[in-house]
Amino acid sequence: MFRFFIRRVALTLPTFVALMFVTFVAVRLVPGDPIEARTGERGIAPERLAMLRHELGLDRPVWQQFLDYANGIVHGDFGVSIVTKTPVLHEFAILFPATLELTLCGLIFAIVLGIPAGVIAAVKRGSFFDHSVMTVALTGYSMPIFWWGLLLIMFMSEYLGLTPVSGRMDLINYYFEPVTGFMLIDSLLSGQEGAFGSAVAHLILPSIVLGTIPLAVIARMTRSSMLEVLGEDYVRTARAKGLSPLRVVGLHALRNALIPVVTVIGLQTGTLLAGAVLTETIFAWPGVGKWLIESIARRDYPALQGGIMLISGIVILVNLIVDLTYVAINPRIRHG
Amino acid sequence: MSLLSIRNLSVTFATGRGPFRAVDKVDLDVATGELVAIVGESGSGKSVAMLAVMGLLPWTATVTADRLSFDGKDLLALSPRERRKIIGRDLAMIFQEPMSSLNPCFTVGFQLREAMAAHLDLDKAARQARAIELLELVGIPEPERRLKAFPHQLSGGMSQRVMIAMALACRPKLIIADEPTTALDVTIQAQILDLLLRLQKDSGVGLVLITHDMGVVAETAQRVCVHYAGQQVEMQPTRGLFRDPHHPYTSALLAALPERASGRILPSIPGVVPGLADRPAGCLFSPRCRFATQTCRTIPPPRAGAELGYALCHTPLVEGHPRGLKKLEVPA
Ligand SMILES: Nc1ncnc2c1ncn2[C@@H]1O[C@H](COP(=O)(O)OP(=O)(O)O)[C@@H](O)[C@H]1O
Ligand SMILES: [Mg+2]
Repeated sequence: MFRFFIRRVALTLPTFVALMFVTFVAVRLVPGDPIEARTGERGIAPERLAMLRHELGLDRPVWQQFLDYANGIVHGDFGVSIVTKTPVLHEFAILFPATLELTLCGLIFAIVLGIPAGVIAAVKRGSFFDHSVMTVALTGYSMPIFWWGLLLIMFMSEYLGLTPVSGRMDLINYYFEPVTGFMLIDSLLSGQEGAFGSAVAHLILPSIVLGTIPLAVIARMTRSSMLEVLGEDYVRTARAKGLSPLRVVGLHALRNALIPVVTVIGLQTGTLLAGAVLTETIFAWPGVGKWLIESIARRDYPALQGGIMLISGIVILVNLIVDLTYVAINPRIRHG
Repeated sequence: MSLLSIRNLSVTFATGRGPFRAVDKVDLDVATGELVAIVGESGSGKSVAMLAVMGLLPWTATVTADRLSFDGKDLLALSPRERRKIIGRDLAMIFQEPMSSLNPCFTVGFQLREAMAAHLDLDKAARQARAIELLELVGIPEPERRLKAFPHQLSGGMSQRVMIAMALACRPKLIIADEPTTALDVTIQAQILDLLLRLQKDSGVGLVLITHDMGVVAETAQRVCVHYAGQQVEMQPTRGLFRDPHHPYTSALLAALPERASGRILPSIPGVVPGLADRPAGCLFSPRCRFATQTCRTIPPPRAGAELGYALCHTPLVEGHPRGLKKLEVPA
């Protein structure tokens, strides 16, 4: 177990190096640079452009810029945003809780609906429920996030008037300083009546939009995994003991069926964080995704590089945790 | 009064190519403490018939019977909930594949105590004590340590011992053992079988033993049922069956034994069991039968009486010769 842990951690190092290189190059492949992006159509005198570029170190050879950037990251320094002049790490830390809150809620939505739907579809295979679940899952999986988000806003917010259109909180009626950065927690801590409800209401649509694809993936994976497990000999043994169907399916079968599902859920974190970028843009959600999109527009190289590195680092970390969880819930590997 | 009583049990599977009758009008009676053997080639519906008794068939199966009673209760009339009270407590089953029959995610102890928790009024400590006692009973050394083991840490023989312990956990009245040694190494087959037979003798539990081992049948069973292509072609007390088989299939089985009553594995006889597509119109065994006549090939055979081993045959054998064969119908 310990050796597995060490090996698995060591494997992430090359990924990080490759990632560092790819983000550096990708960011620079976008036409224009931070100065041009800021001056826009007005234009700028060539001497002044050269001076500003020199100030930002953009006139130095690219390989030297890369070494500086890599050196910084190794020392935990993600640079300073060209636009806001604040450290990238600091900006990220302020914005990330919003993204994390959204991502977690999207994931919880997907898991809470996806696993039971998959289990019931498998147990009642071929039924109307099964066909409905699979049809909805396929539709959800192929739905473009942007279009789905706008559709939900039109129906739920505009037509029914049930949910807010954008943001994280009704700022007209409530105001409080962030403590944890998680609106659900901060609104409770503020003690203001109705603030928590507002936080929940703001989370509903973005979570549904973000959670739809993982929901489809989880439901389908649970169903197929469950179908396989239900035919196993040990499920028959469990039934031969006279256990209730709930215990046979919910404990003996599900425990085995969940092993591949947990892996799939872990692999969804990448999808979720990528989806968060779009979802945050649709719902004006002040998180890392929206910030990254804005940084692209501003060609804010340090913010982009650092932001992508941090997000990717989190995805890698989550995948690592998933792998370790996989080992923990699967005795055949744990005691291998 | 028999413990298990079955009359005309039939099981039909809905398959992609239409209904398939895997078990066709099978009878069985088992008394308390009795050992009844079921023999027959693979695919003759032995497992399916016993799974029907347990109520463990998949949803594609339709089970019908004139009588399916256990311990005085009509199993078909019970609600699923009432039936689950019997299954695992009074009626237990041991399966062919011990390695895949234990849940890989739970410890041996958990799976053993679970059956007790479902049926017996024992507290946690009592269940643990009984679990240790059971492992000792089935000859597993260091029971405390083994209870904490996961199934993949056990050998096949060890797993089957655990399965036997699990079947015994609630002191059942009847155990169905479906080829309990077929999947094991030859060297441990005898050990496991001896264990099962010793426990059966000691506890006085009824045992239905599905097996390929005619030697074991001859030595241990009180009665033998012979299955062929889903049908029960003969049923006799063991001694009578080995001395004077009445169905040509039984006769062929015994004749093919290397040395009568001491052969190891069920011998093979020429031909194959008919499948869904190639069912003959008359007797299902007629294509492979030495004595088959035109009648056999066209008309389904009647069932003979007890004196002829309930043989499903137009011309049951007596001392190896077809009885009541009409003069004109010369065997092919
Ligand atoms: N779930 C099922 N669906 C369709 N056919 C089945 C199913 N289970 C068993 N059968 C068929 O029923 C017949 C009897 O099988 P079985 O009882 O396992 O034979 P055996 O006598 O070897 O135990 C076989 O032809 C098998 O293919
Ligand atoms: Mg079988």
